[in-house]
Amino acid sequence: MVSTATPTRPDPFALSEEERSVRDTAREFAQRELAPTVAQRDEEERYERGLFTRMGELGLTGIPYPEELGGAGLSYFAWALACEEIAAADMGMAISLSVHVLSQLCIFSHGTDEQKSRLLPPMTAGTHLGAFALTEPGAGSDAAALSLAARRTDDGYALTGTKVWITNGGEADIYVVFATVDRSHGPEGITAFVVTPDTPGFVVGSHERKMGIRDSPAAELVFEEALVPEADRLGAEGEGLKVALGSLASGRISIAAACTGLGRAALEHATRYASQRTQFGRTIAEQEMIQAILADAAVAVEASRLLTWRAARLRDAGGSINAASSMAKMFASDTAMQVATDAVQVYGGAGYSRDNPVERFMRDAKGAQIYEGSNQIQRLIIAQHLIEEQGRADR
Amino acid sequence: MVCIKQVPATTAEKRYTADLRLDRAAAEAVINPLDEYAIEQALRLQESGAVESVGFLSMGPEQAAEALRRALAMGGDDATLVTDPALAGADAWATARVLAAALDRLAPDVALMGMASDDARGSLVPGAVAAMRQVPLLSYGSELRIEGSSARVRRLTADGFDIVEAPLPVVASVTDQVGEPRYASLKGIMAAKRKPMETWSLADIGLSADDLHGSALTRVVETRKPEPKPPTERVENVGADEAVTRIADWLAARKLI
Ligand SMILES: Cc1cc2nc3c(=O)[nH]c(=O)nc-3n(C[C@H](O)[C@H](O)[C@H](O)COP(=O)(O)OP(=O)(O)OC[C@H]3O[C@@H](n4cnc5c(N)ncnc54)[C@H](O)[C@@H]3O)c2cc1C
Repeated sequence: MVSTATPTRPDPFALSEEERSVRDTAREFAQRELAPTVAQRDEEERYERGLFTRMGELGLTGIPYPEELGGAGLSYFAWALACEEIAAADMGMAISLSVHVLSQLCIFSHGTDEQKSRLLPPMTAGTHLGAFALTEPGAGSDAAALSLAARRTDDGYALTGTKVWITNGGEADIYVVFATVDRSHGPEGITAFVVTPDTPGFVVGSHERKMGIRDSPAAELVFEEALVPEADRLGAEGEGLKVALGSLASGRISIAAACTGLGRAALEHATRYASQRTQFGRTIAEQEMIQAILADAAVAVEASRLLTWRAARLRDAGGSINAASSMAKMFASDTAMQVATDAVQVYGGAGYSRDNPVERFMRDAKGAQIYEGSNQIQRLIIAQHLIEEQGRADR
Repeated sequence: MVCIKQVPATTAEKRYTADLRLDRAAAEAVINPLDEYAIEQALRLQESGAVESVGFLSMGPEQAAEALRRALAMGGDDATLVTDPALAGADAWATARVLAAALDRLAPDVALMGMASDDARGSLVPGAVAAMRQVPLLSYGSELRIEGSSARVRRLTADGFDIVEAPLPVVASVTDQVGEPRYASLKGIMAAKRKPMETWSLADIGLSADDLHGSALTRVVETRKPEPKPPTERVENVGADEAVTRIADWLAARKLI
């Protein structure tokens, strides 16, 4: 039901009335329109574009962007709240949406006014779906090693190369693509472009056969002298890595929020099941070893949420978020994996069955430890920040 | 004008104060779920052009403004909250008195309500408001229509339905048959911040605490939790034939088959 909750006791983390409203709308949509069909869409590996359209109608497809550009004009924090709710019902749709918002961010923070007003309104409205194409067969964690070539032509660029693992690939209307204008320049050669599906020389290759989030699309993209006009270059030549990494730092907040939602859902299922399943003459929830599993999971999910909220609040306040968003992403995805695995354990054999949702949670969670920077890479970012901070303090 | 009430969420644990009133601060509050159908009905009437504007009216503590804001996020134009310290503990009669007085001032063609509130479930207020305002009551509509200067509800009955019509102005109540309530879009949430909301005291609607007999004619004597359900009988770990026989016997023993 529509919640207009009031903070009961003075709670320093209480949500504002508006934030609760956003959360409630996202929760109702997710529970009523995503949850009933997610298992089937996962089983059939089917992306349902109509659900994205529906999210557009509700204003969920451009939450942190200004109203002038068709967005909801809300905070990044509000976006994180919505993302948790969507993921608690459907991790695949949450990640697909998260990537859509990430691709918009590249345009919003590095596009010209002309590019923003041309590209963003259909994206915030949910009529155009976005994708973010960085990873290549030879450049994953080491994104700066990418080799997709952008050769200068008379009125633009010709792109040649391959991207892999591109979420929303094959479905998207706007691809933010990272290429290099000169490999000899290393990271300084990387440049961002906007590519539309009708571009000659651009085709969608094979679809990734994923372990989890199978209701979201991911595909290989193949470019063969694909012609991109100069007007579709995002930012200056050589600024591409900054576009990518800057946006990813924010994107990780919504990944963390999604993982919090997934962990929460896994914990809810495990708790309910444990209270119903009887062995040795009492419910397994009465067994202390099961209680310990549930308690540990509850603490970790709550901590995930707090790290996520802090990173989001920091971003809204204009603070530096690199370390905070990496911490949130790393901890929340590790937690989601742990809690989902534990939920399968609590269910026992029933948890190993595809007739129950917890095995899906486990498959869905695994990817989050890998994409938007593997958790090893997050540790590198956090450690680098730590060492720099210490160096500054000791100077 | 849709009258809505803020109630504790159905899932929230209800707590009572020492004088057996609901501790509204202790529970998540929501728009009375049955009122959401009235909101939906009103917004559909507005979309079809049958009514020009939709407003929301609530009587309650200050925090009920949140319920009004939430309703405005679903749609409609403006909202009015009647709140006054003298209203604490208001019962159905006092509520009706206050709503009737507020409606006298707002003078809408239709005062629309849900069929009951989730917390008290008295279903008294629509009838009482109609009686106090001396206007027709069109209750329990599965659909409300406005045509020219009259309103009409379709009311489901045991063997079909009744169509009841009355000249405007009316008080009407609708059931959960009107259609699934929409939820607020994010644009709606942002727009709601800019929609006007007025707060009235008792004096603003020309009433005083004395008019309300100290806010309640009724008194809650006791609250009790429902008896727990008897434990479920389960047929487990037996063959299918044996299970069927046992379930059939169980049902037969209760004359259910
Ligand atoms: C479901 C899914 C969706 C995706 N969506 C997108 C998308 O939309 N857009 C996009 O561009 N990409 C996407 N990716 C790709 C993703 O970002 C990469 O898979 C990820 O960055 C890791 O790169 P890799 O797979 O090449 O692994 P590698 O980089 O080869 O890493 C292999 C292993 O080595 C570890 N490793 C690598 N370098 C180091 C190091 N320096 N120190 C310690 N350990 C290290 C990694 O942590 C990992 O465990 C997606 C991936 C998945 C699984």
